[in-house]
Amino acid sequence: MNHMPAILLLAPLSGAFFSGLAAWIKPWLSYYIALAATCLSGVAAFCVLGDVMAAGTVQYRMAGWAPPMGIELRIDPLNAMVLLLISAIAFLNLVASVSSVDREIPDRAPSFYVMYQLFVVGLLGVSATGDLFNLYVLIEITSLTSYTMIALGEEGRSHLAALNYIFIGVIGASFYLLGVGYLYITTGSLNMQDVAVILKQIPGSSSAVLTAFVLCILGVWIKMALFPLHVWLPNAYSFAPVGFARVVAPLMTKVMVYVMVRLMVTVFGLDYVFNTLHLADIVVWLGVIAILAGAFMALLQTDLRKMLTYIIVCEIGYMVGGAWLGNTLGMAGAILHILNDALMTFALFLALGNIIYIRKQVDVTNLKGLFAAMPWTMAGLVLAALSIIGVPPLCGFFSKWYLVLGAFEAGAYHFAAALIISSLVCAVLFFKVFEICFFEPMSTSHGHHDHGGAVMTEAPLSMLVPLGLVSTGIVAAGVYAGTIVNTLILPFLQ
Amino acid sequence: MESIISYKPLLAVLVPVLVIPVLMSSARRPNVREAWVFAAGFIMFALVVSMTPVILAGHRIELTLFRLMPGADIAFRVDGLGMLFALVASSLYIVTSLYSIGYMRGLKEHGQTRFVCFFALAIASTIGAAFSANLVTLYLFYEMLSLATYPLVAHHEDTTSRISARRYLTFILGTSIGLVLPAMIYCYHVTGTLEFSTAGIFAGQLSKPGATVLLLMFVFGFAKAGVMPFHSWLPAAMVAPTPVSALLHAVAVVKVGVFSIVRVLTGIFGVDLLESFNLGTLVMVIASITILVSSCIALSQDELKRRLAFSTISQLSYIIFGVAMLSSMGQLGGVIHILMHAFGKITLFFCAGAIFVATGKKYISQMKGLGRQMPVTFAAFFIGSLGVIGLPPTGGFYSKWHLISGTLEAGQTIFMVVLLISSFLNAFYFLPIVFQGFFGKSDDAPVNAPVTVREANLCLVVPLAVTALTSVALFFFPQMFVDLIVLGLNL
Repeated sequence: MNHMPAILLLAPLSGAFFSGLAAWIKPWLSYYIALAATCLSGVAAFCVLGDVMAAGTVQYRMAGWAPPMGIELRIDPLNAMVLLLISAIAFLNLVASVSSVDREIPDRAPSFYVMYQLFVVGLLGVSATGDLFNLYVLIEITSLTSYTMIALGEEGRSHLAALNYIFIGVIGASFYLLGVGYLYITTGSLNMQDVAVILKQIPGSSSAVLTAFVLCILGVWIKMALFPLHVWLPNAYSFAPVGFARVVAPLMTKVMVYVMVRLMVTVFGLDYVFNTLHLADIVVWLGVIAILAGAFMALLQTDLRKMLTYIIVCEIGYMVGGAWLGNTLGMAGAILHILNDALMTFALFLALGNIIYIRKQVDVTNLKGLFAAMPWTMAGLVLAALSIIGVPPLCGFFSKWYLVLGAFEAGAYHFAAALIISSLVCAVLFFKVFEICFFEPMSTSHGHHDHGGAVMTEAPLSMLVPLGLVSTGIVAAGVYAGTIVNTLILPFLQ
Repeated sequence: MESIISYKPLLAVLVPVLVIPVLMSSARRPNVREAWVFAAGFIMFALVVSMTPVILAGHRIELTLFRLMPGADIAFRVDGLGMLFALVASSLYIVTSLYSIGYMRGLKEHGQTRFVCFFALAIASTIGAAFSANLVTLYLFYEMLSLATYPLVAHHEDTTSRISARRYLTFILGTSIGLVLPAMIYCYHVTGTLEFSTAGIFAGQLSKPGATVLLLMFVFGFAKAGVMPFHSWLPAAMVAPTPVSALLHAVAVVKVGVFSIVRVLTGIFGVDLLESFNLGTLVMVIASITILVSSCIALSQDELKRRLAFSTISQLSYIIFGVAMLSSMGQLGGVIHILMHAFGKITLFFCAGAIFVATGKKYISQMKGLGRQMPVTFAAFFIGSLGVIGLPPTGGFYSKWHLISGTLEAGQTIFMVVLLISSFLNAFYFLPIVFQGFFGKSDDAPVNAPVTVREANLCLVVPLAVTALTSVALFFFPQMFVDLIVLGLNL
């Protein structure tokens, strides 16, 4: 039996344990253990993706126990992609963290690395598991570790943000758990495949199933920060230490979108979601509102970090709306956007981390002259921003392409309009930032001055290389968008 | 017709892109850097020229790079139309590069390396747009060009350029994302393809109102073409250094806009569909309004570059006007105006820049008597004016002749009147500059003072002489370009 799926999870889990122990010998050891563990996990994710592409869905029974009793990891093209994404981002972020964590939380760096790896285990587990209750446990692992790491940030404000997040997060988790309870009452099973088979025999009008569905989806929406359930997100992500913000911002919400897609497609079935329930129109409207609200609130921010967190709120609307359009194109667009948005958000937050590393604060007044001072970081930021705006051939363009196409097919012109408007708003807010970085400080001599004197203060190489790699990823994901949809997403949806 | 698969179109696009790192690394050795610019320019031009005989023989050159979705690839297809545009852009890039050296060094401009790098990126995007096989590829290069030109408009890094650059991007990016992108996705939604084909891609799948809305989204969405009311970015963009105004805002950028509209009219909608819904006339009306209004505004401008900009807005609509006539005469006249106007208008901009470098003057009212001091520049300005007005012996005559014949052929007298009025207006706002230049009384010199000839430096004078002479040459030898258009549009 191929044990790669287990290694994928066990590497960071044992890494967390040994990082904690090693910190007693030498504190810096814990960093390298974490690095090795996430790297190993990445390699395993790559192998699993290869297996899935070659031989179809991989089922791995933990310790050999057969489902529905035992715990099953079930990896199909969709979560193979998500797993690789998580482990790659987790690894690259650790590379970038070597400088920033030492600066931000020098005294507690080892405990940060322990929690970090547990967080990664949680995310990987959520994406890999084929069991509804395990999903709950793993969501709680990611959430609990998030609370602690957010609280490691700025004194005072981050504590309040973490507390706020705990309250709302616990409510979300409870909703989900209640939903799973209802499902267990109705079907007597917790294994996703098993539940799906049993649900097909239950009449669609069953109110227990409806309650289960609504509770599960609500719980997931709270966790993914769908507007207006987003209030915890901007503060939590902007006051967290940069080393953690960089990994939680691209991954947490996207993994929750994955969970929503999994529940819709695998557990309840698209037939139930769209033909039995009549919620789709309302949810697409929720998506529209989330997109517009997120975009306009981002426009109001004067702090770059806050601005980026509201963009996440906006992008959640893309994925929720797209998934609920009720056609393959929209669902494909939503899934593609899980990948693309993770890459873009990661690139944005990496660039943000670099700027914070040099300038400490990222209020608009602190951004002057950045193009001259940090050209490489700004190149990465511009590329990611253009992708968010939706300039071809960058990946953001293609998620938008599929989503708008799906909206046209579903006749949801309001959703298409929201996508276009958010592109325009993003263009405005990013170029507002670029203008400040490019034009200020204003030259006094009306042109004709020399920039030779501008000092370049670029972030260390360990922070630039990950940004460079992710930027390449943004271009590659765009150019190969058609291939990704055809080989990974469409096989999953059929 | 035969399709030949070749990497040449890709190479022509890649050469200016690949040279950018080299340009950046030779930032401290300006002469080396400039040598590389020329090397890239000549290689690109040679590649384009080497494809010309194949196209003239009636073949097409194709290359598919990536398959995005069925019916929407990133792909090149070189046909007569694209070849014409690529020849214009790549030849003028070389001339403009020489001019840039004279201009930027003459004024001791800052950030010259940044300038040449983004200039190279802009020309690469232009060639890419010319060779695009479908609407997605065209859109990709269109956006690349918008973004590559932004730092060039913002070059001076002062308040004026900041406001202008903002207006530039708002108009260009706002319309392309807000109008073209949804229209393009809608086309794909309806037809499942975006490949250009002379028969159009809609096989009776559009109603008249639908087709009208879609067409208007494209015509206004490609705001680089400067169709009113989305024109005001162009006068604003004149804050850029003159080489940018000359090559990009008289030739490359604005004509990518027009070229895109031509492609959409002839390759996406197709002449038959436009004829059956009578949409050609609608576009002609829109173009006529732009032609007349902007010519009138040009009359009132005192800053030379702004006057030229408004003249460009009006001339761009000539091209759209001609293509929207839907007759072979009109389409030929419209499309060949891409070429004829390019050489005429770039000459005028080169002159404006040369005058600014030599004397620091940019207002027309200051230029009285300047022609005696700069005879070559003013002679070139005269030829350029003739080209834009459409008088012999310049190539501009050829396009105007065909446009007017086209309106007569179709019995559209009212549109002929539009063209004639506009030609008069053109003459009114250009010829007095030349006349005052040679015969006017200079304000800042005594009346009978001996005039010494003080032209700008050679790097500025040679390019403007070359483009002026080419403009005359095109009057005598337009045949090759006519053949290209006839092949490209199946006339």
